[in-house]
Amino acid sequence: MAYAGVAPERTTFYEQGTTDKPTGLKSWLLSTDHKRIGIMYLTAMMFFFAIAVSLGLLIRLELLTSGPTLPFVNQRIYNSFFTLHGVIMIFLFVVPGLPSVFGNFFLPLQLGAEDVSFPRLNLFSFYLYMTGAVLALVSIVMPGGSPDTGWTFYVPYSYETGPAAIMAGLAAFVLGFSSILTGLNFVTTIHRMRAKGMGFFKMPLFTWSLYATAWIQVLATPVIGITLMLVLAERFLQVGVFNPALGGDPVLYQHLFWMYSHPAVYVMVLPAMGVVSDMLATFCHRTIFGYKAIALSSMSIAVVGYLVWGHHMFTTGISPTSAKIFSLLTFFVAVPTGMKIFNWVATMYKASIELKTPMLYTLAFIFQFSIGGLTGLPLAALSTDIQLHDTYFVLGHFHYVAFGGIVFAFFGGLYYWYPKMFGRMYDERQGVIGFLLQFIGFNLLYFPMFMLGLKGMPRRYYDYLPEYESLHALSTYGSWILAAGLLLMAWNFLRSLGKGEEAPDNPWEGTTLEWDTTSPPPLLNFDKEIVVTRGPYDYPEEETR
Amino acid sequence: MSAHGEAAHAVHKDYEGAKIGMWLFLFTEVLLFGGLFVLYAAYRSVYAAEFHHAAGSLNVFLGVFNTVILLTSSLTMVLSVSAMQKGDVRSSINALFWTFVCALGFLVNKYFEWSYKIHHGIYPGSEEMAAHHDKGEVLFYGLYYMMTGLHGFHVIVGMICMGFIYYHIRKGWITPDDYVKLENVGLYWHLVDLIWIFLLPLFYLAA
Repeated sequence: MAYAGVAPERTTFYEQGTTDKPTGLKSWLLSTDHKRIGIMYLTAMMFFFAIAVSLGLLIRLELLTSGPTLPFVNQRIYNSFFTLHGVIMIFLFVVPGLPSVFGNFFLPLQLGAEDVSFPRLNLFSFYLYMTGAVLALVSIVMPGGSPDTGWTFYVPYSYETGPAAIMAGLAAFVLGFSSILTGLNFVTTIHRMRAKGMGFFKMPLFTWSLYATAWIQVLATPVIGITLMLVLAERFLQVGVFNPALGGDPVLYQHLFWMYSHPAVYVMVLPAMGVVSDMLATFCHRTIFGYKAIALSSMSIAVVGYLVWGHHMFTTGISPTSAKIFSLLTFFVAVPTGMKIFNWVATMYKASIELKTPMLYTLAFIFQFSIGGLTGLPLAALSTDIQLHDTYFVLGHFHYVAFGGIVFAFFGGLYYWYPKMFGRMYDERQGVIGFLLQFIGFNLLYFPMFMLGLKGMPRRYYDYLPEYESLHALSTYGSWILAAGLLLMAWNFLRSLGKGEEAPDNPWEGTTLEWDTTSPPPLLNFDKEIVVTRGPYDYPEEETR
Repeated sequence: MSAHGEAAHAVHKDYEGAKIGMWLFLFTEVLLFGGLFVLYAAYRSVYAAEFHHAAGSLNVFLGVFNTVILLTSSLTMVLSVSAMQKGDVRSSINALFWTFVCALGFLVNKYFEWSYKIHHGIYPGSEEMAAHHDKGEVLFYGLYYMMTGLHGFHVIVGMICMGFIYYHIRKGWITPDDYVKLENVGLYWHLVDLIWIFLLPLFYLAA
């Protein structure tokens, strides 16, 4: 890969589009350029993230004191709050987030390609996503109240409650198709669009993680599609498959739901691990330790992750034999995950680490994700799970993985790639302060949940006994600090769009291909043919060492 | 929904890529039906006798007749693709036409089958079902309508795709040198056929 001089005058993808007119609203909405689609996803997702965060803050506020706290929130509205918080966060932000935003923008760049394999299909996926998003928002204002089933849409409640639950289920169905088509596009792109000389083991680890993710998207998501359709059929046609009165079995719904939704957890977390691997190599200025192990562990997580869904159902009375097998397989997932953690730590050993904001997020990811992963083990063990099932311990575990892991990796990636995407630098000092607020706020918010769970506080309850009050209050204080950190970060990003310093092409001395083009890149990504002759993280000084 | 994309801003035709995309899409279709097959397997093991009894009420002759129709349509689809490969556009269109006719015939049969059943009150949620059929049979018919219904929907989508293909051939967008769209619709049609091959024994021949 030659670092030959970059042509001085080039138009960026902001100035040249795929439509007739290069600028204006239409040039964005009809663009098949993967970079513009990525930015559109980012814009939409930040909006939905803000809504879901606000709902989360309201939940925490209601739980500040024992007994009713907020005047306008009753039990019914509280149920809607946690349902919408879950539906919007999961289906509109965390699941599609990393693949749709960074995957779209950086997959072709990291492969040295001009675009994804099916650019028009890519735009179609975006519109499916927006359709699903609109349906989810419509469900909030449906007659009969907002959806209140929880994000899992468990039967029999989901076919008995108000029509809003059906609308939210339909939203998840449509979003599923968007996810499938994105996955299909990425698998094909990775197989067909790699630059000359880029074998599979010369791909950056973010691309590897997207490959594993895309396979799960293709192979798991259809199951949720058919499941949600059956809930609709149950409601309108009384086919009986999930209705015990007609001979059906509600537990089968849970099986089908988690057959998708547990692999979906890996759709969320694998790309986060990929971003972290890339950032770690860049800010340690050295090749990543155990490249092949990290790449292949993504694949093995994808495979084993398929076979563990039963651990969500240990208390439903599934057979002891199957429970034991599911428990064992769940422990197996920890092995490739542990391999990654050890490799990341080994990469940092004796490296010259540069503590820029993205690296801080990377370190926080490793710390918080380890806590999230290790607290998963007591939930995978049959005996302890009986005690911990459906308590705040599960909430703590889940948020340490989903927020402390995935969303922190998302923010880290946003800081890391911001210069490439927008051609401006963010403010480093504000970035660090924002990070510290988020880190402290996050841990204060979610760590007490482990203690609450161990003491027996059940999840999804509107009210609690006074003895839980101090820990709940602590958690709510944490949510305020976290919110302050998020606001500072948002301000930093928005302000830097116009006022940030102009970004150099390769501000972090990264070695993957996206740093080999201008910031922001031109429409066709590179102005020369890319020929790859070395590994993704080979630093020049290491070759001579 | 066929995955025929090419980069809009560069002349980039990737035949292999288009077919990979289509195969991945077919995987998702298999899994979509997979959820229903799981339900069928679970309930059949619980209500074996009722499934056996209910399956007896389905018309085996119509089921087998429809199977023959679909298999024939798969043959004409293959003929259409191979005629295009050999450069015989005229025969390709003819074979595509007969595939379309077979698909239509399948749906007409299905219409008579369903309307006969519904006329006799055999459909999910009817009074007849609640009064004279026990739980296992209700589930059998529920799954019967869901699975053959979803399959029928796929037949309709296939017919729409054939319409598009016909239009594309007439416009000269599909040529003997560039016929991946036709081939992908062919792949899709074979999957529709294949799923029916599984539905026939599970519902009609289970008696």
